[in-house]
This record gives sequence, C-alpha cells and structure tokens, in this order.
Amino acid sequence: MSETLAAGAPEAPPRPPKPTGRPFNRLRLARLRDLALVPPIIALLIYGYTLRPDVFLTKSYLVDTVLKYQTELALVVLAEALVLIVGKFDLSLESIVGIAPAVAIFLVVGQTSMLGAPWPTWTVLPVALMFGALIGVFNGLLVVRFKLSAFIVTLAMLIALRGLQLAIVGGATISNLANRIPTIDNLGSLRILTVPLSIWIVVLAFAVGVVVLGYTRFGRSIYAVGGNPDAARAAGIRVERVIWVTFIVAGALAALAGLMLSARLGSVAANQGSGMIFTVFAAAVIGGISLDGGKGSLVGALTGVVLLGLIQNVLTLAQVRPDQIQAVNGLVILVALVLARLTSGKAQD
Amino acid sequence: MVDDESRPVVEAIGIAKRFGPTVALAEGNLTVLPGETHALVGRNGAGKSTLVGVLTGLLKPDAGEVRFAGRPAPPLGDRVAWRQHVACVYQKPSVVGELSVAENLFLDRQPRGRFGLLSRSRLRRTATDLLESWAVPVDPDTPARELTVEQRQLVEIAGALSHGARFVILDEPTAQLEARAIARLFDRLTDLQRQGVTFLFISHHLPEIYEICQRVTVFRDARHIVTAPVAEMNHAKLVEAMIGDARGLVQVGQDRPSVPASAEPVLTLDAVGVPGFTGPIDLTVRQGEIVGVTGSAASGKRQLAEAVVGLRPRTGRVRVADAAVKPASVPAALRAGIGYLPADRNADGFVPGLSVAENATMTVADRLGPAFMVLPRQRDARGRKAIADLEVHTAGPHQPVGELSGGNAQKVVMARALARDPRVLVLVHPTVGVDVRSKESLLGVVDAETRRGRGALLVSDELDDLRVCDRVVVMVAGRVVAEHPRGWDEATLVAEIEGIGEKDV
Repeated sequence: MSETLAAGAPEAPPRPPKPTGRPFNRLRLARLRDLALVPPIIALLIYGYTLRPDVFLTKSYLVDTVLKYQTELALVVLAEALVLIVGKFDLSLESIVGIAPAVAIFLVVGQTSMLGAPWPTWTVLPVALMFGALIGVFNGLLVVRFKLSAFIVTLAMLIALRGLQLAIVGGATISNLANRIPTIDNLGSLRILTVPLSIWIVVLAFAVGVVVLGYTRFGRSIYAVGGNPDAARAAGIRVERVIWVTFIVAGALAALAGLMLSARLGSVAANQGSGMIFTVFAAAVIGGISLDGGKGSLVGALTGVVLLGLIQNVLTLAQVRPDQIQAVNGLVILVALVLARLTSGKAQD
Repeated sequence: MVDDESRPVVEAIGIAKRFGPTVALAEGNLTVLPGETHALVGRNGAGKSTLVGVLTGLLKPDAGEVRFAGRPAPPLGDRVAWRQHVACVYQKPSVVGELSVAENLFLDRQPRGRFGLLSRSRLRRTATDLLESWAVPVDPDTPARELTVEQRQLVEIAGALSHGARFVILDEPTAQLEARAIARLFDRLTDLQRQGVTFLFISHHLPEIYEICQRVTVFRDARHIVTAPVAEMNHAKLVEAMIGDARGLVQVGQDRPSVPASAEPVLTLDAVGVPGFTGPIDLTVRQGEIVGVTGSAASGKRQLAEAVVGLRPRTGRVRVADAAVKPASVPAALRAGIGYLPADRNADGFVPGLSVAENATMTVADRLGPAFMVLPRQRDARGRKAIADLEVHTAGPHQPVGELSGGNAQKVVMARALARDPRVLVLVHPTVGVDVRSKESLLGVVDAETRRGRGALLVSDELDDLRVCDRVVVMVAGRVVAEHPRGWDEATLVAEIEGIGEKDV
C-alpha cells in the first residue's frame, strides 16, 4: 500500500525508526517471500491428484513426466535471473539454447570438413559451453563497452543466431544423436540414484547459484550493481566486469541447457529453443525476480519454473484440447502473474 | 483573491497517517494565512513529507481534515480541484525533460486550434503570456531538460499558478542552488508574495527562514510542536523545538588541536587537473587535518574530489602517504587508503534495496570471509558495529537503507567510507539534506576520526561544515584562489566563493 504513491510524489514517506524486535521478523519475511509460490504449487499438486489419483503423485510421474521436462527451462531461467538481477536483459539466451548444441554437434557429426571436422565426440560439451560463453562475451562487449541497450542488442543477437542455426542445420533435423555421441547419450539417459542426470545438474546448478549469489563477493556485487550501479562503482565494485561476467555465465548456462534439450530429444531441430524466452521471463517474474534489477532470489525463480511446469501438466491431464492448450497456458500465466503480484504485495516493474 | 482575507488559505487539523507499523504523522496541525510565507521545519522523519503528501491530496490521511479557505478539501480523486488550491514544487523535477517548457506548462490541457487539433502557435503564445505575467525569464521553446534548477523551479511555480492555485509548497527549493541563485529565487518569491501568492517553505537551512518567512511551524516526532512568528523564535529556540531536548547543538570542532607543521602528509595532490573542470591543483592534507574545499557549483571542487577517488580521469599525481595512486580506478584509490562519501547519496551513495549491513560493508567485501566468500555473520557483525559507532537509527543491520531517513542513510554512507580504515577521507557535501542533529553527529564523526590520525578532504558549500575544517581553500573556475586557517571571516569567504572578493585576501 505504502508503495503506491502517485508519480511525482515526494521522497518516500519518512519512517521514524522503530528499534523493536523487527530484524528477526524481517529476515523471516524475506525468506517467506521466496516461498510465496509454495501454496499454489501444493494446490496444483492436489488438483492434479484429483484428476489422476492413480499416477499423479507417484515418483515416476513427477520425475519423468513433470520435472524432467522442466530441466532446460530451469537452467535458462537461472541464467536469465542472473542477468535480470544485475539489471540487464538477455533475450538471446533462447537462441543459444539452439545454436550452441547445433554448432558443437555439427562439428562432430555434420556433413562438413570445415575447421577439420569431424571433431572427436568428447568435444561436444566443451565446444557448446565455449560457444555459449563466447556469445555472452559478444553481448557483454556491445552492452558494456559500447553502451548499447541490452534489450535491443540481445534481440538482434537472437534473430541473427536463429538465422545462423537455420543455415547450419539446414531446415532439417540432425537426429539419432544418442547412438553417435556418448555425451549426449549420458545427458539424456544416465540416471543417478534412479533420478535423471539432467535433474541432478539443475539441482547442482541452483545450489551453486544460491551459494554464489548469497555468500560470495561476486554474487553480492551482482545485487549491488543491479540495485544502483553508481553506488556500486563508488564503493569500488568493477561494475562493467560484473555485468560482463554475468552475460558470459548466462551464455554458458543456456548452452548447457541446449545440450540437455538435444540429449533429451536425441536431435537438434532448426527451431530448438524457439519461443522459450517468453516462458523464461514469465517463470522469473512469477518467481519474484524484478525486471528493474537488484531484486529476487534463485529459490523464488526455481519455484516459478516448477509452478509453470505443473500448470502445463495439469492442463494436459485436464484434457484441454492440444489446439487450445497454448491459449489456456498463456491465460494461466497471466493469472499467475497477477497472483504473484498480489501475494508479494510489490509492484512488478 | 476573492477569499475572505482573514481565513486561512489552508488548514490541516489533527492529521494522522501510518505506513504499516510506522507512524509517519500522529498529530499534524498547520494553519497558513493568506499572503504569508510560512516555514515548515523539522528533522528528517519529523513528518514534513507526509504532511505535504496529505496537503497536496496524494496521500489519504488515516484521520484528520484538510480545509482550503475554510472549506473541506475536495475528494482525493479530483486532481483538477486539488490543483486549484495547492501546488508543490519538489526537489526532484516534475517536468518531462524531452518536452518544451510550453508543452510542460499545458500538459493535458493544450490550447486547441482548428479542427480541434492542438495549435502550436496558440500554445506558444499562451505559454509566453503566462511566463511573462509572472516574470519568469525563460523561453517557452526551451526543452525542459535544459533548464537550470532555478529556472525549472520558476517554471513549475508558474505552472502551478496557472491552475488557479495561490498556495504553493516549496520542498527544499534552495538545496541544489548556489548563493546567488538563492538570492534571485528569494527576490522572485518576495515579488510573488506581493502579488498575493502564499508559500509554505520547507528548508533545513534555518537562516533562510529568517530571511523570507513570516511565521514558522515546527514538527518533531510526527507531531506539531509550535507555530509562531519568526521574530519570536530566535535560533536557539527554533533548534530546541526541532530537537526536543534542552541540549543545544555543540559547535563541532571548536576545541580541535592545531595540526603541527611537522605532521606527515596523508594525501598529496601534485598538479592534479580534471580535464574540462579544473586546472592543475596542488593540495596537501596532513595527518589529523581536515582540509575544506569550497567554491561555487562551477568551481570544479566536486569534480576534483571525484577525480581523487578514481571516479573521473585526471592528470597529475595523487599520493596517499608515500604511495602513488593509479588514476581513474576506484578500487585502486580504495586500496591506497582513500575513503569516499559521494555528493548525492541517492545517486551513488547507497543501494536502496540492500541492507544497512550490506551497504556499510560494500567497500570491504573482500574482508568478510575466506577467499571470495562473504559470510553474512561477519557482515552483520560489522554492520552492527557501524550502527553503534555512528548511531544509525535503524531496525537493525537487515533493514534496507532505502527505508531510512536522509540523515541515517547518510550515516550508512559514512560507515561505508570508513569501513576500510582509510588514511584519508574524501567527503563531498557530507551534510546535505540532513537535519541538525544528524549534521552534528556526522561532523562529529569527521572530527573524531581525524583526531585518530586520519586526514580528511571535505568539499562543501555549507559554512557549518567548513567551520570544522582546520584549513579552507576556495576554488573559483577550476583553480585555488584563497586559503584560510581556522577562524576565517564569513563575509570574506562568501565573497571569494562568489568570485568578487579576490583582492582583499
């Protein structure tokens, strides 16, 4: 309520200090905000259970039908969350999801002798990651050095990379990858303690992300730069470097997500990753990441991913017709955004 | 004016307003008589901004009543009606920078011409008439972003008057102006007052109140304390009403020991120039010394400070103790032992969404744990220490700095400057926009820290700040024109700052 001052209003209303026992409550409140999406997630689980009591709450369904399909999205959301918190945009992540594995796989099994191809199969993972990071370097160069708008730079990059991918894959799909590339095979089918490798990767990536953001200088710098870059600079933080590194990390994460997607499908399609960025932003914003920078948590973003994944599954279970599912999905995301706005009590910018 | 002469222009009676658990205003009373310039003073957090929000119809009070000329205020949604009664000129610009002055004046009520389309020529003419009738010397075609602060305020006042309001609230109008501009503004205000305009004048700068106000209202701790004619409130009484206890303000730095000529220099500027702002400047700050740098806004004093701390490119050499400092690198300046408090805390002083502890330790993030780690426990411990050392009024180390009042936020910025145990502090406008008590305590910190052997370079326009300094140098147009030891004469210094007294140094 107090945040809804009309435009042009005076400085934030003065708040005389209240030295009571509030810090503890405040801390708890901050944690609670991270978990704002847990009640709707539980509600969806219950609703799904009423639809298919025989399968829905079984481990195999939740793991192999719900979560496994959200792993790539989760990694890209992680990447986008970092970029958003540092106060920038990266739309090109969805095209990295396509192009990075396409390039790496093309160099290994493609019909080409460019750059000494075919390369050994083990190069798939490092080449994909390097390629994603390289695009991050280039985005960072344009945004940090040439001070171009991140939104428009990465939008142009998205279109350019999408075109490049079409040129490489040639409109067709490179398929049957699992038999030809062991890395792909492992990423797609290896299980550890009966849980797919891709889920472990996501859990690990988020765990590392939470530690880095919360407990390292670099992570705290990301929040400081996103919250007020000038103050961060005056405090000795190398603002440009922090932004640049964030773009690079995000590019590499999106590349890993792309490789996981190719592994799950066993192929690289010309349109791999296409249209994903909308869901990525939706999940991040529903999960409490501010588009203004400096605010949000990875735990929140992860709950946003899980929520969207459950919504999709429940819609399928509820037998929404396939030709309508996208429209319904969009509407439900809108409702989720409104609900997230109401529960967090803060304006989304 | 057709209103009954004796009726108050505006009355606020028993206004109360809470934000969540915080009481922003408990008993807001204010009566402004027609034709007067009425001062509203109080420390940060006393409830002034909230009262202004209520008086302008932007905030809905939880209790109490606002009356204009004896009649109840219009409903909150009716902006047009509110604008006919009251207008406010804020510190932050409320003009659209990309539009011209004329377009800004008639936003959403542009005069129409043929076919009901907007008419540029009529807009221009009406705007010219309006500006001329209030004697505002601004070309209506100027883009608003090119206006000086002074011009922008006059344009906003003229715009307010054109809505029919004859009561204008000025929220710290002089905060960003230099002395000559302030004098001009006051002349204009006096003229407008003669033409029947009533002002509510908010300022932290008490001498201004004696200069142009007739009555003064003091707020403290969210309530009305006193309203009296200015003539009946001497400086001591006014300060007492604002801070609430009998303890008067201590003149910080009265008993500073003199710095021996043999004291080691901690900061040496050797022909330091800031391209586009200053020529080569030599300056030395010795151990235990506070050196004041003053001058007009165009003197380049602020740019000089920013160059010393690495925020701007510079020429020449800067040394801390004996070590040369790499230019244009804030991290290098920090490592060399320079602590920095920037000129505008909202712009580059703190990150509003981050906590007190996080902001206060931002310059020492590399010392809060092993390797690249930052351990919240260590951060909070340092944060608590800073809160205690600097007497920051806050709910605790986890409260976001954006929620603190100006004085307390500034103390957090001071903590950030001190966190690395610097050998020399570079402080720019350290007390701008903070209340008297916070000012005393901030200057007290500078005094105490320099007694422990640090040096300080204090860049400021405020005479109160400069009085703490052991030496004051005056800059005009990018060069040093005068230097005074403690005990300088106010009139001489002001004349030098304005560039009119160089001869009789």
